[in-house]
Amino acid sequence: MTEPILQVEGLRKDFGELIAVDDVTATVREGGSLAIVGESGSGKTTVAKMIVGLEGPTAGSIRACGRDRSTPARSTAERRRRGREVQIVFQDPYTSLDPRQTVERALDEVLRLHQGWDAERRRSRVLELGELVGLDGRQIRALPRALSGGQRQRVAIARALAAEPRVLILDESVAALDVSIQAQVLNLLADIRDETGISYVLISHDLAVVRQLTEETIVMWRGRVVERGPTAQVLDDPQDDYTKRLRASVPRPGWKPTRRAKAGVGEETDR
Amino acid sequence: MSEMPEGDSISAALLEVEDLVVDLPVEGEMRRVLHEVSLSIRPGESVGLVGESGSGKSMTARAIDRLLPLGAAVGGVIRFDGGDVMALSGTELRRFRGEVAMIFQDPRAHINPVRRIGDFMTEALRTNRNLPSAEAEHRAVDLLESVGIEDGRRRLRQYPHELSGGLLQRVMIATALLTQPRLLLADEPTTAVDVTTQAEVMAILDDLRREFRLAMLFITHNLELAAAVCDRTAVMYAGQVVEVRASSLLHDDPLHPYTAALAAARPDIGATKDRLASIPGRPLSAFEAPSDACAFAPRCSHVRDACREQRPALTELDGGLTRCLRANELRGHMGSETT
Amino acid sequence: MSVVAQPVEAVEAVGRRSWFALLRATGAAGVASAIVIAAATFVAALGPLLAPDSPYLGQLSFSYVGPTGGHPLGFDGQGRDLLSRLLVGARTSMLGPLAVVVICILAGTFLAVSAAWRRGAYDAFVSSGLDVLFAFPGILLAILAATVFGAGLVAASLSLAVAYTPYVARVLRGAALRERSQQYVAALEVQGASAFSICLRHLIPNMLPLIVAQATILFGYAMVDLAAISFLGLGVQPPNPDWGVMISENQSGVVQGYPLAALAAGICIVVVVVAFNILGERLYDQAQAERR
Repeated sequence: MTEPILQVEGLRKDFGELIAVDDVTATVREGGSLAIVGESGSGKTTVAKMIVGLEGPTAGSIRACGRDRSTPARSTAERRRRGREVQIVFQDPYTSLDPRQTVERALDEVLRLHQGWDAERRRSRVLELGELVGLDGRQIRALPRALSGGQRQRVAIARALAAEPRVLILDESVAALDVSIQAQVLNLLADIRDETGISYVLISHDLAVVRQLTEETIVMWRGRVVERGPTAQVLDDPQDDYTKRLRASVPRPGWKPTRRAKAGVGEETDR
Repeated sequence: MSEMPEGDSISAALLEVEDLVVDLPVEGEMRRVLHEVSLSIRPGESVGLVGESGSGKSMTARAIDRLLPLGAAVGGVIRFDGGDVMALSGTELRRFRGEVAMIFQDPRAHINPVRRIGDFMTEALRTNRNLPSAEAEHRAVDLLESVGIEDGRRRLRQYPHELSGGLLQRVMIATALLTQPRLLLADEPTTAVDVTTQAEVMAILDDLRREFRLAMLFITHNLELAAAVCDRTAVMYAGQVVEVRASSLLHDDPLHPYTAALAAARPDIGATKDRLASIPGRPLSAFEAPSDACAFAPRCSHVRDACREQRPALTELDGGLTRCLRANELRGHMGSETT
Repeated sequence: MSVVAQPVEAVEAVGRRSWFALLRATGAAGVASAIVIAAATFVAALGPLLAPDSPYLGQLSFSYVGPTGGHPLGFDGQGRDLLSRLLVGARTSMLGPLAVVVICILAGTFLAVSAAWRRGAYDAFVSSGLDVLFAFPGILLAILAATVFGAGLVAASLSLAVAYTPYVARVLRGAALRERSQQYVAALEVQGASAFSICLRHLIPNMLPLIVAQATILFGYAMVDLAAISFLGLGVQPPNPDWGVMISENQSGVVQGYPLAALAAGICIVVVVVAFNILGERLYDQAQAERR
């Protein structure tokens, strides 16, 4: 039995008084895919940030590719190596690219960080990456503001892939896209997985997208994991009350939205 | 143009939009953002307006509420309760805006953060209708209760930042209802809130609609949501209405290839699809839409040469409306073949 | 698939604006201001070569004599050619504010970016330190510096720079925080890029329009304050020509019914300061508009 490509255990994050993430444990095997499902305030994005090192965990451990990454990287080399292990694509295609940088230069910058290649080799790799995510030569030379939301998200995916990571975290990466574009990007992600054997961690509130892209699911509610299992099982036969309510809230033909309790305590603020 | 496919006479409509054309000045040139949009809503009826970004769905709502930016050129007819909306001004316009309420996607952007909820809610009543503030407050508390907020008195003294997005959206809905409107324009009111909150907001809107016999134009990018909660659904593409259909028939018997493609492109919560039926290319903006061809033709899998030679008119078919030349022959062959 | 490629067609047109295009976008007043500033800079650089006469030597018998042939602006209180003193004086009058601006922008940008990057305790420390400095009026600081270090342009410029830095740092910190929170910054961190390179190659370049606007506005303020300090006798020392000094020197002329000498220097200051302010405000508006 080989070690999982990504493993988090007993993960916890406190922000002052608030426990944002509490005792989260999950694993992703090589080539596998995990969905972290939850709504705003569930702590799912905080988990993603801890995995990629943008936040430090209060307690618990994170291992990727057999190496611990619970504490901040101590050297430049280690920081970059971690970049080659786990990458992330964020939700907002509009702020995820430097407005002053062409696609070409953004990709080149990442290649320079990770590979000791000459300009010629980097150039051809940039074109390769563009091709992989379906951007043509002109789009590669364009500034972000000349690109649509879907095209920008492709660039963000290409930039993450430039580091040739083993795990890619998709933090609501398709949520902001139009339906017809979302389908293109989801298909693209499936193709990339087939081609590279990469593992995905999908952070999402959209259960249909979760069904489409992942095999395993954990459901988070107020910082805790309330349900876990194969995606099909969690969605078709939810056990936890919250998962059931989440599932029932998805509109479908003949759907009749129902009012739960009156709005009350616990819903006062966003924080 | 007749726009009442399901029985009833035209006079029954509360809101009628006919051949609405809007041009906006963009960087010195006029750009068309709406092409001949036609819609009608009867009292108590809910109509969904669905489309991707740039399709013109929000612009339609703004045009109806006379909220277009300065310099906009508007053509066509908008009638509310038989009166010409475009001709309103002064007190008449203010009264119209009281009868047509609007709620937005991001409540926080439409509420003054330094004023208490109570001030915000009762302002219109106190200033426009000269209601004493005690009575205005009483009405506000009543309406907060009908949107599921029990401790209304306390809420009125709170500030917007003390409320969650879902709660604030309920406050917006209650505020919109204070002037006892007859038509509610809801512009993506649930896009910024969680799925479970969305279900509750939709339930509230549904209840209120019945209770007050409110007509609603529900704008969303979510075809499933519109189909689930609206009586009829209008689908927009590139500034045009391409289909109007009873919501119950939308999914299984669409009249326009775009509607069918949109439904097929969504992943299915019930099963993993081998591959999603994505629509090639990207959504066209209204100003890019050709005047002599079907706007969807470049992305349509059913396209014929004729589609590129003229813009199809919105024609009646099986109680619905469609803007597709081949609608008749394609019927029954669009819904399922892609899934 | 022409549909997909469409938005890229306008790359050149909608790409990042050049500085020239940015200047043009500031409108007629902005362009006129830029021309005034360019002219003032030209004079500051070449003033001594342009001066028709000596700015230092004069004959007291010409004291407050009006314009004559060869002396288009006449003479000052000590009988020196007024035009020559104005032209030569442009250098110190521009150099002082320039020094203030350079120091402020460097220090302000460093403080703003480092505070925005590290956030937390360091940010709180820097911010409260700046608040304390904020409490000192620049001129007061300059008077203090003059008494301790002796009067002169260097002491005056340094103390103004110290007094202005909190203002610059505060405005830029807001912009830096906004830029810091952009997702591309987080993406680069995850890639393993160093904080230094992210700040230098992404954060600061994206703040540049705002930095330039700040510098321009600041230049105007510094010029007025330095002129005031020179007027008080704590800045540039006579007989060196400087517009502030010239107002001070020729006060007696105003009383004697000959205001031209003091007025000419005053007008120079006002024109240049107004030009800097207009251009600065316009650039600032553009910088804000660019952020949408």
